[in-house]
Amino acid sequence: MFNFKHEWVETNIGLLLVLTMLAISIGGLVEIAPLFFIKDTVEKVDGVRPYTPLELRGRDIFQREGCYLCHSQMIRPFRDEALRYGHYSLAAESQYDHPFQWGSKRTGPDLARVGKKYSNEWHVAHLVSPRSMVPQSVMPNYPWLLSTELDISDITDRMKALRLVGVPYSLNQDEYDANVKKFGKETADMLNIADARKNLIAQAQQGNYDGDRSSISEMDALVAYLQVLGTMVDFRKYDDDEFVKYR
Amino acid sequence: MSQDNKQTQGPQTTGHAWDGDLQEYNNPVPNWWLYAFYISVASAVIYWFMYPAWPIGGSYTKGFDTITYVNDKGITKTTHWNTRALLMAETNEAVAAQKPYYTKVASLPFEQITKDPELNSFVVSAGKQLFSDNCAPCHQQGGAGKIGFAPNLTDDDWLYGGDFTHIQQTITGGRHGYMPPFADVLTDVQVSQLADYVLSLSKIAVNPASAQAGDALFHSETAACYYCHGADAKGRQIIGSANLTDKIWLWANVPGSDTIAGKEDAVKNVIRTGLNKGVMPTWQDRLSADQIKLLTVYVHELGGGK
Repeated sequence: MFNFKHEWVETNIGLLLVLTMLAISIGGLVEIAPLFFIKDTVEKVDGVRPYTPLELRGRDIFQREGCYLCHSQMIRPFRDEALRYGHYSLAAESQYDHPFQWGSKRTGPDLARVGKKYSNEWHVAHLVSPRSMVPQSVMPNYPWLLSTELDISDITDRMKALRLVGVPYSLNQDEYDANVKKFGKETADMLNIADARKNLIAQAQQGNYDGDRSSISEMDALVAYLQVLGTMVDFRKYDDDEFVKYR
Repeated sequence: MSQDNKQTQGPQTTGHAWDGDLQEYNNPVPNWWLYAFYISVASAVIYWFMYPAWPIGGSYTKGFDTITYVNDKGITKTTHWNTRALLMAETNEAVAAQKPYYTKVASLPFEQITKDPELNSFVVSAGKQLFSDNCAPCHQQGGAGKIGFAPNLTDDDWLYGGDFTHIQQTITGGRHGYMPPFADVLTDVQVSQLADYVLSLSKIAVNPASAQAGDALFHSETAACYYCHGADAKGRQIIGSANLTDKIWLWANVPGSDTIAGKEDAVKNVIRTGLNKGVMPTWQDRLSADQIKLLTVYVHELGGGK
């Protein structure tokens, strides 16, 4: 008969390690793992697409500068948040985010729906010197974004890496055709890895996010990213309780 | 477990010795704490029955508790308890409380809204919240504006018109300021002459001969400033061109410089490079028509409304 003795665990560091990890992973297994199997976790909604190459680089800069340490990107379904930030965030809206930027700390405001709320010009002035726009702000200055040229040498590798974890950037004709079907031709073209560099330059030139067309700065990418946040889903198309049924 | 923890003879030990002499104190938690813990464990079970809890395959237990709310189509729905339905119910409650006011704001003409003291105080308090969150980042607290960035909303100078209808149009559809650059069209001397003329319109003492030459240029086909700013230089609100005669400066930071040369440089810079800014986002996608109307009244009442 197997006779378990507590002393085994306390005198065997390897066993202690394994059992400790088992014990603390239960919380994750119980709370997170089922969500991968529940059908309604990701809402069915139109408009959500992966980031364009320029927006993707902007997102990289967002992470590099640690913006998520002070800014969350998740509007919770509370009335005060709905009044200030807009419609609560959907799981579907971050389905192509790896890693997601929900965050857990708000020193600054939530950014989940900051897209199109302010002009490009405002974002540039505010990122260079936040207190020039919001006198009471405690955000640091990010002046180098404007003077640093955007590194786009590895943009295709970055998209390939995200493709490996399931983001539908297309590498061949079949994947491209599937994207055309799912997102429409215009978006599918932007998601084609082979055209990434061309698309990135074109979007930066056309959008002129930092107000200077002579070069593509990190500011171009970051503002392009900020301006698309939370704008992909057109909530006017849906009843205001459309997404209740998914919870 | 329910040992007597009165410490009459010092703390008790677990009665076990490690390595010959290592002993461990045994100080059990009080019984009241222990039973509270058992009760909270038991009440977790109640929560499992009341609220969404256990995953089962592709779904989960929804719980017995329900929420009833009315959606925007007026349909009453009852669903299992969840935070999104709770938000619907709470929003309905709050909207119902504000509804008498918003109905009045939506139906009454602008002038009457400001004349009704109760309604006006609603507009001021609700408008302040909306303004602080949405407008103040550019127009600053209280609408004081920012030279070189966004116009002051408290003075009576309006690029696009300061009556109720025009303010409402501006908020609804947004704006985009534009002036072509003249660096390639005009010589440096001509730019200086125009700057002197523009400054002279605001009664700033510049070289009169130069200002006079600028006057001629302003109204000539070479510079053709009058196309947009008007022959009287008072601007045209339909295209948002600035009134150059009112001593109010937005793009050229004239007040920021103490010297005439500095003031000239500020104006010359705008003439040379032109403007492609002053972008105000459109708000019709973010705010409701009623909220925009309320903000219109609020902005109008900031001091400069016409």
